[in-house]
Amino acid sequence: MRLTGAEIVVRCLQEEGVELVFGYPGGVVLDLYDAIHRAKFRHILARHEQGGVHMADGYARATGRPGVAIVTSGPGCTNAVTGLATAYTDSIPLVVFTGQVPTQMIGNDAFQEADNMGITRPVTKHNYLVKDVRDLAPTIKEAFYIATTGRPGPVVVDLPKDVGRASTDYHYPREIFLEHYQPRYEGHWGQIKKAMSLVLKARRPVVYFGGGVIISGASEELRRFCEKLGAPVTYTLMGIGGIPGNDRLSLGMLGMHGTYRSNLAVDGADLLIAIGARFDDRVTGKLDEFSTHSKKIHIDIDPTSIRKSVYVDSPIVGDVRNCLQKFLELMENEPKLEGYPERIADWWRQIEEWDREHPIGYAQSPTGPILPQYVIDKVYQLTRGEAVVTTDVGQHQMWAAQYYHSQKARNWITSGGLGTMGFGLPAAVGAQLGRPKDTVVCITSEGSLQMNSQEFATAVEHNVPIKVVLVNNGCLGMVRQWQEIFYDKRYSEVDVSQTPDFVRLAEAYGLQGLRATRVEEVETVLEKGLASARPVLMEFVCAPEENVFPMVPSGEPSRKMLFGHPTQS
Amino acid sequence: MEHTISVRVRNEFGVLSRVAGLFSARGYNIDSLCVAETLDPKVSQITLVTHGNDDTIEQIIKQLYKLIDVVKVVDHQSGTYVGRELALLKVRTLPESRAEVLRTAEIFRGKIVDVTPDSYTIEVTGSPDKIRGLVDLLQPLGLVDVMRTGRVAAPRGL
Ligand SMILES: Cc1ncc(C[n+]2csc(CCOP(=O)(O)OP(=O)(O)O)c2C)c(N)n1
Repeated sequence: MRLTGAEIVVRCLQEEGVELVFGYPGGVVLDLYDAIHRAKFRHILARHEQGGVHMADGYARATGRPGVAIVTSGPGCTNAVTGLATAYTDSIPLVVFTGQVPTQMIGNDAFQEADNMGITRPVTKHNYLVKDVRDLAPTIKEAFYIATTGRPGPVVVDLPKDVGRASTDYHYPREIFLEHYQPRYEGHWGQIKKAMSLVLKARRPVVYFGGGVIISGASEELRRFCEKLGAPVTYTLMGIGGIPGNDRLSLGMLGMHGTYRSNLAVDGADLLIAIGARFDDRVTGKLDEFSTHSKKIHIDIDPTSIRKSVYVDSPIVGDVRNCLQKFLELMENEPKLEGYPERIADWWRQIEEWDREHPIGYAQSPTGPILPQYVIDKVYQLTRGEAVVTTDVGQHQMWAAQYYHSQKARNWITSGGLGTMGFGLPAAVGAQLGRPKDTVVCITSEGSLQMNSQEFATAVEHNVPIKVVLVNNGCLGMVRQWQEIFYDKRYSEVDVSQTPDFVRLAEAYGLQGLRATRVEEVETVLEKGLASARPVLMEFVCAPEENVFPMVPSGEPSRKMLFGHPTQS
Repeated sequence: MEHTISVRVRNEFGVLSRVAGLFSARGYNIDSLCVAETLDPKVSQITLVTHGNDDTIEQIIKQLYKLIDVVKVVDHQSGTYVGRELALLKVRTLPESRAEVLRTAEIFRGKIVDVTPDSYTIEVTGSPDKIRGLVDLLQPLGLVDVMRTGRVAAPRGL
């Protein structure tokens, strides 16, 4: 069967079972958009390419399936770059088609030409320039395969206009074998046995897990592993939802805005079991004082993550789920595990003492200004921790991590590695389109929201009933906090109180708009907004002075936390 | 420590910029670089010389393997491989020094590959030390320019 390049793209996406494509048209992708008329999948027109790629990303995080986006050449591609970089740092599988000028024009500074390959290379797992229509179908197959296997990531397929118009015999490769790309899924038995002997010797073990648990779908194995040991568990921002946030073994998040007990437990541990996490600097704090008394086991599918910044005694390369299953198998027949939870009881007593010293908390006065923490806590209570939550970046993100005890994997969607403001709203749209039956809440603040607020139009067009919870503190809160604490309150360019009237803005786009200015209105507004069948924006007018605590100052060891607050549980 | 690393790559569009980009993005050093096709025209060999401590070299190798187009990486251990570089040395010759330049080149098994009334171009291959030795000796004899390749390396035996 002879098909044009544009038709081949559509057919290949159908072969891959793609149900949703996000994108934005332009000159060099006209043929592709013409072919989309006859496609079986749905195309969602974003209002900005960055929004489109974040939607594909939110969809991927919420469903576990690869996200797909199409953008045009030049500015279409450059607009997509932040979306690609966001997905790349958080290991999210995307396949993004970028339009390109015709092959014979490449390099001539043609209209809307950009070096898409050069620009996207450092922010993708891999990228392809397709110069011959006969290579197109195999390249797309390869792109999906690479995006979704091993440590996942975004892949770009750069498609010159003439390749989209040329035709060739079409057939989609069934199988794929890449000799030079063979991710290792199977954990090495010998290494796992060695690691097990470290586990048996430990008296102060801590499990520290990250996004790898979510990606590999290992929540159940992780729960059984931790239950068997009765060991305390802490997690990174990317790991949230890997176990229920309020599980009896959970210490909460660790790192810069983690709980005191998590950071102290990691600091005092004699064994750190790192699972699908990468010892990010926001987690470790000052590197050479990070968990200095512990032996370290590290399970990760990406060999470059292991011993990159922290020395590991027992490295295990493999898929987290596969490795945990092997651990569980060993544990089945391990008599020395008898009484393990009792042997670490003293350790738990110590951890509980740390928790009593500095529990996490906030003090909402019944008359005073609304605290963002209180709003988020209420969202948590009203949704019982079961909503899909997307966030933007800043204080509200950290408070959401602290107070929204997400119950399930793939329900927590945040830009962890890159920290991209403007991610929350489009990610929520993508997540809701992928999970139409679930409640999707976007927790955001006025700085971040204004970076991609055009996507309100997309939400309304498709009646995507996202619930936007806007904690409006009138300032770039996280930056303001650093200026207050580390720059002696010399506030510089953090006042964004000149905002639109967000309720009216939402209404202008066609959302339902609600607002709370007093504490007693918070719950009513949330109840009303969450019950609505439409997309809703709920604005909570908050105090600008609130800070996120506890906090590890940048460059300090993670046990040295600041507490700015009268805490109250 | 200096390391000579051979990287076999699929001969795909932009593969050299992937390797070079990896080094610049992560702040690794490239002391020299040499690229050419292998017996299989779909595969090229990049030989690069870099330096760093053991941890850095381990990361470099792992990061190289992470590139999709990289087929194989070999970190050559000293004594287990033959490493060669090639240099073309341009010497301005005066009647009184021509013989001396020739003699010196011969000691290093250099070949005269171009002659003009007032210059020699000498081709020499060998280890970096050998080439440096010849450069040092030719300097006072009218050396004006040196064109050097990066290193190529082959493991000993089959
Ligand atoms: C695109 C982008 N630009 C700048 C930053 C730096 N930054 C981090 S947090 C922050 C303030 C965010 O303000 P807001 O969205 O209002 O959230 P808040 O901290 O007030 O909760 C800024 C500017 C960033 N993370 N992303």
